Amino acid sequence: MSPLQQHLTRQHLTQTRRSFLNTNACGIGGAALASLLARDASAGGPKVSGPMSPKTPHFEAKAKSCIFIFMAGAPSQIDLFDPKPKLNELHGQPLPESMTENVRFAFIQKDSAVLMGSNRKYQRYGRSGMVFSDLLPHVGSCADDLLMVRSLHTDQFNHHPGQLMMQCGRGTFGLPTMGSWLTYGLGSESENLPGYVVLTSGRGSSGGATLWQSGFLPSTYAGVRFRDQGEPVLNLSNPTGLPPELQRRGLDTLREVNGARYDLVRDPEIASRIESYELAYRMQMAAPELIDLSGESQATLDMYGVDRKDPPGGGRGKQGETAKSFARNCLLARRMVERGVRFVNLVYASWDHHSNLDQELTYNSTVVDQPIAALIKDLKRRGLLDETMVVWGTEFGRTPLGENRNGRKNNTGRDHHPYSFSMFMAGGGMKGGMTYGKTDEIGWGVEERPVHVNDLHATMLQRFGIDHERLTARFQGRDFRLTDVGGKVIDDWLV
Amino acid sequence: MRPSYISLMTLAIVSCVCIPAESTEPSDADSLFAPVRQVFAERCFACHGPDVQESDLRLDERESATEPLDSGMTAIVPGDVDASELIARVTSSDESDRMPPEGDPLSAESIGLIKEWISKSAPYVQHWAYTDLDTAEPPDVDDETWVKNPIDRFVLAKLQSHGLTPSPRADRATLIKRLHYDLVGLPPTAEQAARFVQSDDPNAYETLVDSLLNSPHFGERWGRHWLDKARYADSDGYEKDRPRMNAWRYRDWVINAINDDMPMDRFSIEQLAGDLLANPTADQRLATAFHRQTLTNTEGGTDQEQFRVDAVFDRTETTGTVWLGLTIGCARCHSHKYDEISQDEYYRLFAFFNNGDEANMQVPTSDAAMRKYESQLADHERRRGELKQEIEQAALGSASALETWEKELVSRMASLAEVQSHDLVIESADASGGPSLERQKDNSFVVTGENPDVTEYSITGTLSLKQPMTGLRIDALVDDSLPDKGPGRAKNGNFVLAEIELEIDGKPVTFAAGRASFAQKNFQASNAVDGDGKTGWAVSPQLGKSHHATFWLSEPADLRDGTRLALRLRQSYGGQHTLGKFRMRAVTGDELEQIAPKKIRAIVETDPSKRTRKQSQDLQDHFLQTVYTPTKSLRAQLDKLTKQSPKPPLMDVRVIADRSNRRATKVLDRGDFLSPRDEVVEGGLGVLSPLQIRGDKPDRLDLARWLMDDANPLPSRVLANHVWAHLFGEGIVRTVNDFGVRGQPPTHPSLLDWLAAEYRTLGWSRKQFIKLIVMSATYQQSSRHREELSEIDAENRLLARQNRFRVPAEIVRDLCLSVSGLLSDKVGGPSVFPPLPADVASLSYANNFKWETSKGADRFRRGMYTFFKRTSPHPNLIAFDCPDSNTTNVARRNSNTPLQALTVLNNEVYFEASQALAARVLAGDASTDRQRVEDLLRICLVREASSFELDRFLTLLEHSRNWFTAHHSEAAELASRHQPEGFDRVEAAAWISVTRIALNLDEFITRE
Repeated sequence: MSPLQQHLTRQHLTQTRRSFLNTNACGIGGAALASLLARDASAGGPKVSGPMSPKTPHFEAKAKSCIFIFMAGAPSQIDLFDPKPKLNELHGQPLPESMTENVRFAFIQKDSAVLMGSNRKYQRYGRSGMVFSDLLPHVGSCADDLLMVRSLHTDQFNHHPGQLMMQCGRGTFGLPTMGSWLTYGLGSESENLPGYVVLTSGRGSSGGATLWQSGFLPSTYAGVRFRDQGEPVLNLSNPTGLPPELQRRGLDTLREVNGARYDLVRDPEIASRIESYELAYRMQMAAPELIDLSGESQATLDMYGVDRKDPPGGGRGKQGETAKSFARNCLLARRMVERGVRFVNLVYASWDHHSNLDQELTYNSTVVDQPIAALIKDLKRRGLLDETMVVWGTEFGRTPLGENRNGRKNNTGRDHHPYSFSMFMAGGGMKGGMTYGKTDEIGWGVEERPVHVNDLHATMLQRFGIDHERLTARFQGRDFRLTDVGGKVIDDWLV
Repeated sequence: MRPSYISLMTLAIVSCVCIPAESTEPSDADSLFAPVRQVFAERCFACHGPDVQESDLRLDERESATEPLDSGMTAIVPGDVDASELIARVTSSDESDRMPPEGDPLSAESIGLIKEWISKSAPYVQHWAYTDLDTAEPPDVDDETWVKNPIDRFVLAKLQSHGLTPSPRADRATLIKRLHYDLVGLPPTAEQAARFVQSDDPNAYETLVDSLLNSPHFGERWGRHWLDKARYADSDGYEKDRPRMNAWRYRDWVINAINDDMPMDRFSIEQLAGDLLANPTADQRLATAFHRQTLTNTEGGTDQEQFRVDAVFDRTETTGTVWLGLTIGCARCHSHKYDEISQDEYYRLFAFFNNGDEANMQVPTSDAAMRKYESQLADHERRRGELKQEIEQAALGSASALETWEKELVSRMASLAEVQSHDLVIESADASGGPSLERQKDNSFVVTGENPDVTEYSITGTLSLKQPMTGLRIDALVDDSLPDKGPGRAKNGNFVLAEIELEIDGKPVTFAAGRASFAQKNFQASNAVDGDGKTGWAVSPQLGKSHHATFWLSEPADLRDGTRLALRLRQSYGGQHTLGKFRMRAVTGDELEQIAPKKIRAIVETDPSKRTRKQSQDLQDHFLQTVYTPTKSLRAQLDKLTKQSPKPPLMDVRVIADRSNRRATKVLDRGDFLSPRDEVVEGGLGVLSPLQIRGDKPDRLDLARWLMDDANPLPSRVLANHVWAHLFGEGIVRTVNDFGVRGQPPTHPSLLDWLAAEYRTLGWSRKQFIKLIVMSATYQQSSRHREELSEIDAENRLLARQNRFRVPAEIVRDLCLSVSGLLSDKVGGPSVFPPLPADVASLSYANNFKWETSKGADRFRRGMYTFFKRTSPHPNLIAFDCPDSNTTNVARRNSNTPLQALTVLNNEVYFEASQALAARVLAGDASTDRQRVEDLLRICLVREASSFELDRFLTLLEHSRNWFTAHHSEAAELASRHQPEGFDRVEAAAWISVTRIALNLDEFITRE
């Protein structure tokens, strides 16, 4: 046994005897540092389990993976999920002053603002009778597997801070995102792929790369962006002309020489770097296979619609072959979850429909409806939905008032609305067929069972076996958590 | 660096930590009180602390905590546990009586600690960070031979108290690499290393230190440390994230200040309040850009006051983190739970920044450019002076000519021919770039069809005139077919007639002047005959109306029967600023204005005896300028020269400037800008020394001076610790960003205080302070792990050895480019755009940013010059833990990730470095494979390779060579750039596959 292996084995034994909690208040935080395995060196050379090795949660977990479908820009809940007949009746009338007195708007001019009804037709779906507008027939067909929440509210009013709030639990910079917290707390089941993956479609979002940052946590916990075609991960391909066999030989040389250095100076960082190269190599093998869809049946490909043409129109959301890209990304998300990836962030922008709401919303909904439904059904038929939490979310909602920017007379869009919005979830131990919470009759405020973004996160973490108050990380003297200083688990959602 | 997150592997593997994390040299009172305070902070202060005192009980101050309360009880009776009501309440079995009222009861352990503390007379001890610096002399030690300077006494004394000895000095190869990496962030060349290793000069080490401290690259390396603290970036942040093309000017300020060894107190004061110094220089005002690195939200529909307040929060909190080492941000919403910072105090600090507004100022683009300008200007003024003298000479004897001309003028004015316009007989009319010219009945043209950005209309025709042609008239006409009726085809109906060219009988004619019925500001008609295609005649805002201009010929032209005229109307301004309907006519006769300007005509009409001196002078000037041949061209030369006077090299920069109209600062409830409460005035922190003020009211300059004041111990501790952390990988206070009660206490408290005092004694010289540390035996120790230490001090808190750590993101790039010979050694200047995958920039909002890859040497600048776009930073930087620059960062973390491996293995820039490095190795003197591998490893590792290492690399070389011998086309692909001379592609490719692995060695990107 080489000194490196001896060292690791010995430390492993020490490790199993004592818990490694002295630097952190929280069990998992400490466990993130522990769980060390010295495994058989069959793949050539010593292996160390790093910060991404699987960790035991606080209590029994229902969910193992999360696919967060982030609809950046704020889709209109009034035109998709939350029908408001009264609003349609009051179309064209001003809101009572009492309601707008202490309210901020981005673009709406209060004096001349009037309510704007929805042109959408709503329909009930499934045994549960959950309602969706005519723009989401495919998602509607999954109704009995969905938990629809109509009573979300957030603290943030503008896109980038709002998107940070949804991803980090607070609308400020420098904090870890949801995927970072989950991989920090639980590690990843995948030995060949990153634990936290990001897939983007449509145009760039307001938050850009800050939406998958690891904040003050190490970059180990940052989202790794996958592309749906070509080189799946940045710098994954060897330089042109360098064959895989020489790559392996080169890495062998690297491991041997780094290993010899370790034997001399005994710095554990070297062992960690050796392992990072081995993981990189495994990613080089696994990632192209991941994005290669040739093994999928035509029926599956058709179900997701990976060969669909872009629907007509498409202003804000369109970039390249948007429909194809989003459909592929949904299918890739399933393939990632199958391979043990912990958190997939599927970002699609933009839903920021200050004008041309009907046309733009139709375009975007057509792009996302079929693939999302296919993803949920595909997970279900493969028996993966129970342990995969699919979340459809966004940063805030849109106003029941029409947007009358610059004194515009023809309102064709809606403004930012942090006071109420809708999201839905499927699987991962969340109840299906339930519609939770209620907004008032015009969709302005939450009337029943308000859900703060921190509550959403607390409940999501609960399904992963994590007590949101105990998953903490100390930074600058403060113990931070995904749920900031709030968060209540919503028991009603749990299976 | 934060031990909780850095080096997770380190912590995971080395598990046995025997040196307690809490404290190493606590006094009894300290160790009694610290845990009690922690319990109070977590469970009691919310109701019995600085903000709220329920039942009049306040527990954070001894005096009030030990006073009898209204109820007659006393919460804490020092020395008497049983009499202390606090104990009775926290141990009460009656839930309605028990404290704290919410949550679990206090643990038995916590209660035990409180009891012990009360029994030992309940001492309240000030947190170590706020106390005065310990002025104790460095301790005596048994072994004087190891000691190189006082630092070593502190370290050795502590080691000896634990029965340990320091590590031996690192070998010379390691030392030169360590110093190069630490001080300039660039590797020594193999030659430099060899010279140093072989030198028998006893001062070789010190000489090396001095030369590195004097290198211009020192300012880059240590400037980058500071830029982390300044959260420097090249864009606004938030959704729109607009580029800040002038941000680099502040980066240059930092580099220069550090290279000039600007003392740390001045360095701090100028950045926090340079604008408030007496008669501040441009550089001192520029320094305030430190606090202009805050983010700017230009997203539509934002409340600007919200984001202004956010920026002021950031300035307040960044100041707190960088100079005070405190997380004062907690007190934004409520008084700090752990540290003694009340919410009021937070807003008193906030008030200093609340009155510094965001401003712009102009500064020289660089000192060099300014010096060049100044010398050019002097040269220019000299040439102008010479020309003026020449004109004076030439003007001598012009008096009689003036008299003659004046008479002629009077007679011409009297016999003026009337101005008339004459249509041409059009022969052809064409437009370049696609539009059609449709001729109308009135001889005008309407332009239809394509609407290109630029165009040129060519018209030919004939004309015969009885009188000489004196000018050309262009009518710009409205038409319903044009945008807003025209007369132009730009979106708003404007046009720019850039240049008119006219040939009569095939000969070009020149124009003397152009005058229009109306001309847009800066778009005079004369611009259409100035020979400059970028200027021209335009008519905004008088759009939707017809206009005309006459362009007067320099010499009248006779048009006999059928004389051909060829006219070109050049419209090269761009943006579809072209004429939509126009007509051209020949002009005969003269305008009075054409003979002489109104002012001159008035003078001529005045009797010479009645003219004022100024009038006579004006008349003479006009004559010399426009008429008198000996001076006319000289005057024109002078005018031209004057126009060409060099422009000062100035650029806008973002700075802070105090507003004149003082803004009142109010405490914001829970930090919400919409919920102001009581007004507060500027002030410091109560736990530190009092703030001295210069005038009636404290200002930012008072704050900056207070921070750096001798009486204020905290900032010097914090700043000394920063420097230490950069040289050891860990601070003496390991929580570099937290000196508060939740942070870790110093591993060597007396050493920290001695260093803090010494930093001041050295006149706050950063260079001398760094020299002091790197000259110590402590710094020069080997970093090898020692078996016996892994049991006692795995985290190396006692400093029985140096630390090994990876270089930061920018330096990874610098090292690779440097050893491959590609690195540009230019210091400072605008940010650059090294290659970036196309779909990375597109991640930013709506794909609103174009990354134009730099060319030439700018492709190979140091990593710190890479343009930093906040919402889409360069992945090569982010992969290696470069901070995102949205918030201040005083200590980077180091992670090991597969993305880092892929970056150095495969990214374009690193691969190109492998190619160039292969060429470099092959171009060397070595003649065998073995010697070449030796060279390669010497270049990368700054030491001689072991036979094992040589063997492994030679084996790789052999495999590679065999493979490429059988695969020529792949060899050609791999060796696509930097082909070594005298070697074929197979050989080049084989070596590239070897150099690529050398660049990925852990040792290469690690300090040792």
